[in-house]
Amino acid sequence: MRSRSFLEYRNFLYLKLSLLLMIAAIAAYILHSPAIGAYGGTWLGYVLGTLSAAIVCLLLWLGVRKRSYFGAGTMQGWLSAHVYLGLSLIVLATLHSSFQFGWNVHTLAYVLMMAVILSGFYGLYAYFRFPHLLTENLSEDSFESLLQEISKLDKLARVSALHLPDEIIALTNNAIYNTRIGGTVREQMRSQHPDCPTTLAVKKLHGLSKTLPMAQIKTHRELYTLMLRRETLVARARRDVMLRARLSGWLFVHVPLSVALLAALIAHVTAIFFYW
Amino acid sequence: MIEHFKIAIIGSGPSGLSAAAQAAEAGVTHVLLEADAHPASVTRSYQKGKHVMAEPRALPLRSRMSFGAGRRENILEKWESELESFNINFRANAKVVGIKKVAGVFHIKLESGVSVSADYVILAIGLQSNIRMLNIPGADHPRVQYQLDDPDEFNGEHIAIIGGGDASLENALALMPNNNVTFITRLDGFFNCKPDNESQLRDAAQRGDITLLLDTQVDTIEWTEGSAHPLNIIARAPQGREEVACDRIIARLGAEPPRKLLESFGITFAGPEAASPPQLSPTYESSVPGLYIVGALGGYPLIKQAMNQGYDVVQRILGIDIKPVDEMLLEEKFKVCPHITSVEHGLDKIRLNSEVLSKLSPLQLRDFMLESKLMTLKPGDIAFRRNDYSNSLYFIIEGELKAYVAEGDIADFNLQSGQFFGEMGLISGRRRTATIEAVKDCILVEASKHTMQRLIHTMEPVRSLIDDAYLRRAVQIYLRLPLSKATLNGLMAEAQIHYYEAGDELFHEGDVPDGLYMIRRGSVTLSRVIGGKEVVLSYVSAGNYVGEMALVSGQPRVATVRATVKTEAILLTTKSIQEVIAQYPAIQQEMNFRYLKHVEHEIHDAATQASTDAGNLISFLVQQGIGDATDVLLIDESRCIGCDNCEKACAETHEGTSRLDRKTGPIYDQVRVPSSCRHCENPLCMTECPPDAIRREVNGEIVILDNCIGCGNCVTNCPYDVIQLASIDPNRKLASPLKWLFGLGTEPGACSSGAVDAVKLAVKCDMCNGISGGPACVRSCPTGAAIRMGPEEFLDYAVWRNNKVSD
Repeated sequence: MRSRSFLEYRNFLYLKLSLLLMIAAIAAYILHSPAIGAYGGTWLGYVLGTLSAAIVCLLLWLGVRKRSYFGAGTMQGWLSAHVYLGLSLIVLATLHSSFQFGWNVHTLAYVLMMAVILSGFYGLYAYFRFPHLLTENLSEDSFESLLQEISKLDKLARVSALHLPDEIIALTNNAIYNTRIGGTVREQMRSQHPDCPTTLAVKKLHGLSKTLPMAQIKTHRELYTLMLRRETLVARARRDVMLRARLSGWLFVHVPLSVALLAALIAHVTAIFFYW
Repeated sequence: MIEHFKIAIIGSGPSGLSAAAQAAEAGVTHVLLEADAHPASVTRSYQKGKHVMAEPRALPLRSRMSFGAGRRENILEKWESELESFNINFRANAKVVGIKKVAGVFHIKLESGVSVSADYVILAIGLQSNIRMLNIPGADHPRVQYQLDDPDEFNGEHIAIIGGGDASLENALALMPNNNVTFITRLDGFFNCKPDNESQLRDAAQRGDITLLLDTQVDTIEWTEGSAHPLNIIARAPQGREEVACDRIIARLGAEPPRKLLESFGITFAGPEAASPPQLSPTYESSVPGLYIVGALGGYPLIKQAMNQGYDVVQRILGIDIKPVDEMLLEEKFKVCPHITSVEHGLDKIRLNSEVLSKLSPLQLRDFMLESKLMTLKPGDIAFRRNDYSNSLYFIIEGELKAYVAEGDIADFNLQSGQFFGEMGLISGRRRTATIEAVKDCILVEASKHTMQRLIHTMEPVRSLIDDAYLRRAVQIYLRLPLSKATLNGLMAEAQIHYYEAGDELFHEGDVPDGLYMIRRGSVTLSRVIGGKEVVLSYVSAGNYVGEMALVSGQPRVATVRATVKTEAILLTTKSIQEVIAQYPAIQQEMNFRYLKHVEHEIHDAATQASTDAGNLISFLVQQGIGDATDVLLIDESRCIGCDNCEKACAETHEGTSRLDRKTGPIYDQVRVPSSCRHCENPLCMTECPPDAIRREVNGEIVILDNCIGCGNCVTNCPYDVIQLASIDPNRKLASPLKWLFGLGTEPGACSSGAVDAVKLAVKCDMCNGISGGPACVRSCPTGAAIRMGPEEFLDYAVWRNNKVSD
């Protein structure tokens, strides 16, 4: 039993297809020497342009195909084709442009396309980099179960803190009510919380242990253990948020840019035929 | 002047009520005499809230009184209201003490001194008036009881339950949550119990919630007032004397006919044993003309059967000739064979041509036929093919068939009328081992796994006949040799069936070889201690054998073989195998061949063994119960991007409810076993499905059919928690991705909120049975993280993963 990644789908079928396309396009571009110089309007230019536009439509269709759950074919195959055909656009579209760039809607379409492909590259990296890190962090827990565990600890911590000085109660409440998991996009992506109230509570509780009377030491130890466990759980939950943000955040760039590309592409094609 | 009636019915249980209702309907004078203050005192004595079953399921009810499976309370309430509305002449507190027939008229004497007379008497008093009691010193203590009304009455007590039948098991299970229960039975197993009750009790014992004393004979009950517990049971257990201190004893020992009383009425019995039933004619008339016996006393303990009997007897007394209630249904079944002229003719033919079925009583055979299928085959027709996933058993009533075990055109053996086939699939739960083709015109009876299992569990002769046939064929099929009858008999005489629980060892590394083990049910792992750690080397499923290595080499066992799930194996002893080898050198060759393959395999996978990780992955999978799986969904977490497309695909293709939960389930080395059906070899979900709605399809998938009633038995019986109750909205429309794209519809794969008034039914993975392209979860996974495989692929997968990681 071998299970293959989508990149290896059917023995790299779509990689081979894309390479073939690219080599054919480069060969045709070199061999073809129109009288007025290479540009998008020669017969080869039209062929490359039409092919690229068709591929863009196919790539965009992934969003619809992903949600069609009946019928033959696998998503793995589609994703494999999506990646390799997307890659081939770098060659096809560049040759179609014949390296003529300017401040116009045509170049805008080109730039958007390259931006989409670039974000796709990141996606590829993310899909291979983060899943196992996510599992290592969560193991058999889920994000929800971590939060439940934290709220269980909080109940116990509140009870423990009641028997301790006001300063400790304030520290505990601060940790319980003001610790944030997630936050802004930047915070999610970086998962850095220098002023985390839980970490603060752990630090200060450690220092305060010397000031307590013997009768309170046991409760203090309990509370300290609870807060330490809370700190690790919070860290795991934050790491989960971060990894998930890094794993799928790029889609918030990739998809809108694709839609923008579609709009620019329509403008580009319309403009060509309008000015013909 | 004593009151006279045409019909007097004694006892107002289900059969008595049904008879009285029919008499009232016909407008004849009648009286229904009940010793108790209320009707149906036995049903009333069931424990509170008990779910009463309406077995046999296929049998229609023929009575004015209504009855269906349901709660005890609801059934009693209905009967009481019908008793009134049907104008039944009911007399409570009217215990009969004597019946005498004088000049063709029965004189019935009541305990109150009053007498009534009747032309006909229907005796429907059941057996519960004469329950078996403990006949040992000390059993007359008031805390020794034979009945449990409301388990909630007892709390925090030490209670000993003595019995062995379903009633005792149900009492033990009901008392278990709030009390300290010890279960004592003189039997060494649970032979007459519903499998569900048995497994619940055994589970409880394993958890330590119940103390189980099997094969234990209670001798004395000591009264120990003043000590912590007022009673002390002295018993003989296999390991010696056993004492159980308790606060209460509940003994459920069954019941016997009140023979003395009945004999005083002039009724004769079939035999001298205490349990022997009274002699009855086919119309349920006793040896006293005009006196009929119905219900449990007549040998028909099921409520529905008893109610039908009550109806039948009254109709016959009124001179209306009626056929048994199942006659029409059976006639319909026999219609497929034009030369069978009547039901009786058909049943006789079956009895004559099947040793197994001839062991059934006439009534049992009728019930059996109601649940089974009669079919005809023409020459060339196929009953089933090798690798099919069906598991019914076929009895050959007429004709001849041939079996192809190996690939090719040459039949391995022939099957004649009188034989049966399909027992390999029935017992192992695995794919069919042979293709069976008709040679002549055949008449077959096809019995479902469910029906056969019940027979095998309750009838020892049936079990031994099937076991014997299984052994013979297993030897033929496993060893792939046409052994002579004499050789086969020699092997059979020495063969033993061994039963193992999950984790039990068949044999241990270093043991002196005792023989060859053929796995007939379940599966085992072969493991060896490498570097101080037990490492699983391979996995062997039912239909294969283990232990031949040591037989060939003559050396001690090279590996430890352990059951992964409940497993049954046939042991062919070294001595008997060696005798066969002497006669058939080909066996030696076959075993040598397998031995060499083993050696090759070992050298080949030496690297794997050294790292031990692949073995550990197998151990992990086995711990998750995968040994019982036929097709399991695994998620490679190192590829899962958490897009939930698998669940969405499942929900969209299955009425809006996902049957898998990718986020829950244990993980080992980035492989998760998510909550999703594994299509077990021996599916526990099937065991107590009232409408028999859970089936295995030909490709192996276990599916729940439309006749599910949503009772939830399968949900509780599934050990892997993969069945759920969900509201199914039959009007749910499939979502269109294009409409969703333009904001005109819901997103495909969104979970259905479920129609509020929709019935909740049991749902689980059906492997996308009927959807082209295969399981939607796997098809819709973009990264190849969701994979499905059968147990035969586990080892390969584990080795491959291990190599991949170490690359």
